Amino acid sequence: MLAFLGKRFLSLIFTMLAVSALVFAAFEFTPGQVARKVLGPFATQDQVDQLTERMGLNRPVYERYWEWLTNTASGNLGTSTLYKTEVNNIIWDRLGNTLILAAVAFAIIVVASIFFGIAAGMREGSKLDRAISVASIVTTSVPEFASGVFLASIFVIWLGVLPGTSPLESSGQWSIAAQLVLPVSVMVLYDLGYVVRMVRASMVEVMTKPYIRTAILKGLSFRQVILKHALRNAMIAPFTVILLQINYLITGVVVVEAVFAYPGFGRMLLEAALAQDIATVEAASLFAVFVTVTTQIVGDLGYMYLNPRIRFA
Amino acid sequence: MTGSAARTVPGTPPGLKLVKPKPILELRNVGISYMVRAGELKVVPNVSLTLHEGEALGLVGESGCGKSTLAYAIMRYLGGSGRLSGGQILFEGRDMGKMSDAELRSIRGSRMAMVYQDPMSSLNPTISIGRQLMEVPIVHSGATEAEARARALTMLAEVKLPDPETLFDRYPHQLSGGQQQRVVIAMALMAEPSLLVMDEPTTGLDVTVEAAVLDLVATLRRKHNTAIVFISHNLGTVVRICDRIGVMYAGELVEEGPITEVFRDPSHPYTRGLLNAIPSLNADKRNSPLTAIPGQVPPILARPKGCVFAPRCIYVEPGRCTARPIETQFYGETGLHRVKCVRTRELPRHARPTAANANQAPQAEETGRPMLQIGGLEKAYHQSAGMFGGGGYEVHAVDGIDLEAGRGTTLAIVGESGCGKSTFAKVLTGIEQSTGGTVQLGGTEIGKTPVEARDAGTKRAIQMVFQNPDSTLNPSHSIGYVLSRAIRKLRGISARAARDETEALLKTVNLPTEFANRKPRQLSGGQKQRVAIARALAGEPELILADEPVSALDVSVQAAIINLLVDIQQKRGSTMLFISHDLSVVRYLADHVAVMYLGKVMEFGKVRDVFAPPYHPYTEALMSAVPIADPDVKRERIILEGAIPSPTERPKGCPFATRCHRKIGPICDEQVPPEQRTEGGHRIACHIPLEELKAVERFAF
Repeated sequence: MLAFLGKRFLSLIFTMLAVSALVFAAFEFTPGQVARKVLGPFATQDQVDQLTERMGLNRPVYERYWEWLTNTASGNLGTSTLYKTEVNNIIWDRLGNTLILAAVAFAIIVVASIFFGIAAGMREGSKLDRAISVASIVTTSVPEFASGVFLASIFVIWLGVLPGTSPLESSGQWSIAAQLVLPVSVMVLYDLGYVVRMVRASMVEVMTKPYIRTAILKGLSFRQVILKHALRNAMIAPFTVILLQINYLITGVVVVEAVFAYPGFGRMLLEAALAQDIATVEAASLFAVFVTVTTQIVGDLGYMYLNPRIRFA
Repeated sequence: MTGSAARTVPGTPPGLKLVKPKPILELRNVGISYMVRAGELKVVPNVSLTLHEGEALGLVGESGCGKSTLAYAIMRYLGGSGRLSGGQILFEGRDMGKMSDAELRSIRGSRMAMVYQDPMSSLNPTISIGRQLMEVPIVHSGATEAEARARALTMLAEVKLPDPETLFDRYPHQLSGGQQQRVVIAMALMAEPSLLVMDEPTTGLDVTVEAAVLDLVATLRRKHNTAIVFISHNLGTVVRICDRIGVMYAGELVEEGPITEVFRDPSHPYTRGLLNAIPSLNADKRNSPLTAIPGQVPPILARPKGCVFAPRCIYVEPGRCTARPIETQFYGETGLHRVKCVRTRELPRHARPTAANANQAPQAEETGRPMLQIGGLEKAYHQSAGMFGGGGYEVHAVDGIDLEAGRGTTLAIVGESGCGKSTFAKVLTGIEQSTGGTVQLGGTEIGKTPVEARDAGTKRAIQMVFQNPDSTLNPSHSIGYVLSRAIRKLRGISARAARDETEALLKTVNLPTEFANRKPRQLSGGQKQRVAIARALAGEPELILADEPVSALDVSVQAAIINLLVDIQQKRGSTMLFISHDLSVVRYLADHVAVMYLGKVMEFGKVRDVFAPPYHPYTEALMSAVPIADPDVKRERIILEGAIPSPTERPKGCPFATRCHRKIGPICDEQVPPEQRTEGGHRIACHIPLEELKAVERFAF
């Protein structure tokens, strides 16, 4: 067990190093000077050169990478050229905002996908199954910007019961909770259908297994068969898929955050990348990698818990 | 006609009332259908039978004859598309067709229970054994946790599982196949049901494990007075458990009666066909060919109007047999034996083929120098111990074996799973490389050459036939393509020449040449195995490696495939390595036999020497375990305790010492047994002197 966690920790460190190096390289080889972006099109070449000198951008790339690496290791994430402040000052707020959004959406997705997936998959081809399957295809195939606009036009413009933007400021007319409703709904709508179909497919397969027949012929009621014998087995396969949604919810929410002007992590990453704000992008990438690898570790641990065949291998 | 007078008795046979008073299960004109897109498939048109308290009825027949359908219909579990289309099933006097779901639940698992074919998949992989057992009393008698636990532990002990307390918290995958099946049996017997339905409960288990499970079932049945419906394709296992036997063909019960009566005087031609298809006592390829039943079970929609067996029957009389459905008539003196055949009274009494009617010329058995010579062959796997692969140890899957097979002869390798026979086959084919010793094929060393590095000649010289033809033929390629590609690859000849050769190959394996255009799914299991054999022959190999080639097939088809293999070998003179766990087939087919245990050869010799005393104690145990399809053969069974030790815990002395019933003392644990040889090349690795080993009864096969 310790060996397993040790190995996983090493692979986490290694992946973070690899990704940070790749991001550095990507910025190195994309056209355009960082100092020019910071100063704008009307600055003289002299000013640009001066800034480049001051930021140390004319040193060799490995020197800068090493410097960044040692700084990061000691907790100093550098200065954002876009937001003109320490990265540490902005990233945690943004992350916190996104985490609220992601946590609420994730909780809803997990509960609802298990519920609907099991309900659909326990009797393949039933009316309930068909209804759920069709609904999940429809919601998943509508892109977030479309459903965002659609929901906003109903609840904001027509009914006027929800705010159209979510800047997360409690000074205005709308409470923070009200501001979260639409972004969360769009994310849940988009992601839920996919996960439901995963759970459903796994449940359908489990229901054809001989041990389900054993449970029925033991005299258990349908309810007991589902809850005691099918549920846990049906969760083994989709478990990793469900955890992968965390990555989407944290780093892939750019569209939702943009639509609702939500001050989150995804939007920050997008803006920073467009402005070649390397310090911010590096910090954000590291965090994204951290989330991905950590959810994988959690996934493996959960998998072991659910599947005794792995546990006692 | 013989002493037993056949007569047609309408209604109840006179003998029936006297015997047993309390019927547990009655099927009255039961019909079972599946609703499919094509319409209604009447899988079982009309079956009647009665099972009394404590009685065991065996149901036999080829696959697709409706045995399992009937079993699940008894449990009233037919899935979404199946239904009872006619008649009644009475369980303990109550009509199951009229039961509500709640009533059904209350008898399933408590009054009637089931044991399944594949125990591993029948147990829930994520729930501990104990929990799965405890469910039964909790659901059916409202037992408390503590009561249920106590009951589960009692049952685990009753099915003779070692250390029930420890086993209780284990998960199914941590148990061996035999142990899993014991758990399933324990689960079925938790609530002392009056009826136990067993669907091929020992198929897929090793012969020694099978024997132990069958003994257990026989014991428990007597103890609890449980009635059993026992479904099997193996007539031998039915003989061990049942007092009555029913033979099913194409959904009909064509013959049914007390087991001794049916076996002594089988009166339906199909029953006779099944019996003739098993290698009979002491028969071998030199003295009596096996008789396969020609043709195959008709598809449900194409069932003949008259007797369903008529198209395959050698006694068929057109008109009388084919005009109208056949009535069941009672036969024999007890009036308990019934049969669905209009010509029963006219048929000659069934005679088992015996060694006396030997007709074939003896084969060239000792000719020539060996084709395959194995000297001290070893295959060890490295097992790493630590996180970084440091340390570790060697695990010997094959541990120094010496064997040889003469040109044109058959060498059979037998042993339980885990004995190393598959690893040996992998080394021969070059999938794995040996780690010691020699493997010589026609004088060329091949043991350390992986298959990619072998020259075309060597690749061509060794071809394989696998156990399961379904998974070895690519479903999207036509038979003709499969064969012609093998011919072109192995012999390097043109496409045009290969086409003629394909036709010739199909003829060799007795398939019509039109089969070249068919896809594997259009073929039956036996036909697919013929194609697999034809594919192996494509390169005109010197050595055919057949890994359990008939164990997935029905007995009637099995006989035909065995005959084909014998025939091909005689015509082509190829050497065959036959890996099998079925000793009666080995007895029939082999010239030499090697008995393997834990990677070592325990006994090797000519087939008649191995199958006669002196036996190695392991050989003796294997032979005693084989279920014989003859109720008159009574034999002492040697039940081996425990399973094969893992190769990592190989005993220091004799590998078999931990399970041996004839162990003589510490010498067995500490010293590697000497190889005792007799003239004629018979070798036995055992500490017991040959004279003493000789003093046992000979097993009839």
